[in-house]
Amino acid sequence: MVIVGGGKAGARAAIAFRDNGYGGPVTLVSDETLLPYDRPPLSKAAITDEAEPEPVYLLDAVMMKSLNVRFLGGAAAVSIDKVAQTVTLSDGRKLPYECLLLATGAAPRKLSTKGAERALALRNFSDAVEIRNSFMPAKNIAIIGGGFIGLELAASAAKRGCHVTVIEAQPRILMRGVAGELARIIMARHEAAGNVILTGTAISQIEADSVSLSDGRRVAADIVIAGIGAAPRVALAEQADLALDNGIACDDSMRTSDPHIFAVGDCCSFPHPVFGNTRLRLEAWRNASDQAVIAVENMLGGTRVYEAVPWFWSDQFDLTLQIAGMPSLGMSVVKRALKDEAFILCHLNGENRLVGASGIGRGNSIARDVRLLEMLVGKRSKPDAAVLADGASQLKALLRP
Amino acid sequence: MSQWIEVCGVHDIDAEDVMRFDHKGQTFAIYHSPNNKFYATDGLCTHEKVHLADGLVMDHIIECPKHNGRFDYRNGAAKGAPVCVNLKSYPAKVEAGKVMIDLG
Repeated sequence: MVIVGGGKAGARAAIAFRDNGYGGPVTLVSDETLLPYDRPPLSKAAITDEAEPEPVYLLDAVMMKSLNVRFLGGAAAVSIDKVAQTVTLSDGRKLPYECLLLATGAAPRKLSTKGAERALALRNFSDAVEIRNSFMPAKNIAIIGGGFIGLELAASAAKRGCHVTVIEAQPRILMRGVAGELARIIMARHEAAGNVILTGTAISQIEADSVSLSDGRRVAADIVIAGIGAAPRVALAEQADLALDNGIACDDSMRTSDPHIFAVGDCCSFPHPVFGNTRLRLEAWRNASDQAVIAVENMLGGTRVYEAVPWFWSDQFDLTLQIAGMPSLGMSVVKRALKDEAFILCHLNGENRLVGASGIGRGNSIARDVRLLEMLVGKRSKPDAAVLADGASQLKALLRP
Repeated sequence: MSQWIEVCGVHDIDAEDVMRFDHKGQTFAIYHSPNNKFYATDGLCTHEKVHLADGLVMDHIIECPKHNGRFDYRNGAAKGAPVCVNLKSYPAKVEAGKVMIDLG
């Protein structure tokens, strides 16, 4: 078995082969030299902790050895021979495979504006270290893009005493996938910390000490960061002539158009049975992990369908936002108010089926209820709106027939 | 050596639920199982030190509110990735309507 990609999905897959009792050879190929590490801390603790950051390893050398997984770090997989069932690495090595798992992830999109080469982007541990070292107190930081990466870095920069401006081309931050009511709370929290958020404004060029906006304004910028989304890394799949559709196209068992090749995580798209087989591509930590587990079982002859409800979180300052399901499919919203100003929006479709939940609060105040709502989404349930709206009600009771 | 301390009344935690309990700088999670027994473990997830009392109890499993790491709270056993280190568990009992735990 060969895994290409040393992120969360690749690491989880390596563990899953052994959890499933597979005793044959497992090779994990990563174009990073570091052993697989966790990415969520890169925008937060790795930037803000007093101590110099260390990677948070998902598989350290001891675990790799005890799992008997061969790690080929700093090795790029450049081509696949589907007939011979081999992967070729950039150094010419050929790895034979019975089944191949592509977990190649996504890469930050690049700005096309003049001066774009000045902009930093965050994906890897080394990016985080570079960004951390640039976030010196009183520096002017311009962040292009009011999405999750941009906003988490903006919060981290504020904690380090920087002057932060976030520039978002859309009319508001978090336009894609986050309800306006939540986005407003996040925006207010940033502003309370002194961050400036400019919306509805494109940039025209990046200069040595500033960013020029399309409306003629200039934003002082010692450091520029681009957080404008990520594109699936599909070059290897493309070379192998695998079907692509907003990423590597998989079926609901995470199998690609080749029966011996599977794909998981940020790099792939798949039909979701809970949402009428809508094709989704998710860039989320838990999705990467859960898909790897399903794919590995299927690579070993199983017939599992991936149907985990999408879920992710974002931490900014003392706030945690969590989104489960597909709020964008909702036609109406029921607000569930919890203690200490925390709340969850329950998104219902036209048939009053719960299709998503999005909540915000301090610490983990919304976690338990979002988790229960996520389970209700997975059960395709049509919960009583009055129960959802009552923050004191026990959502657990709705799960029982 | 046993060192039993009183935590709360039996009605202070719903069945199939969890409560945080802090004592002398240590934090614990106290569980009331669906079959009406009480259990105690360390209060912080072994993965990223998150308070488990904010998590969800389903049957005999506590799920961490941050990354869904799961433990069997009866013995603290980690139930798979992302958690691989067991939780320390403590004996618990009910006496005269009070939940007691033994810090040993």
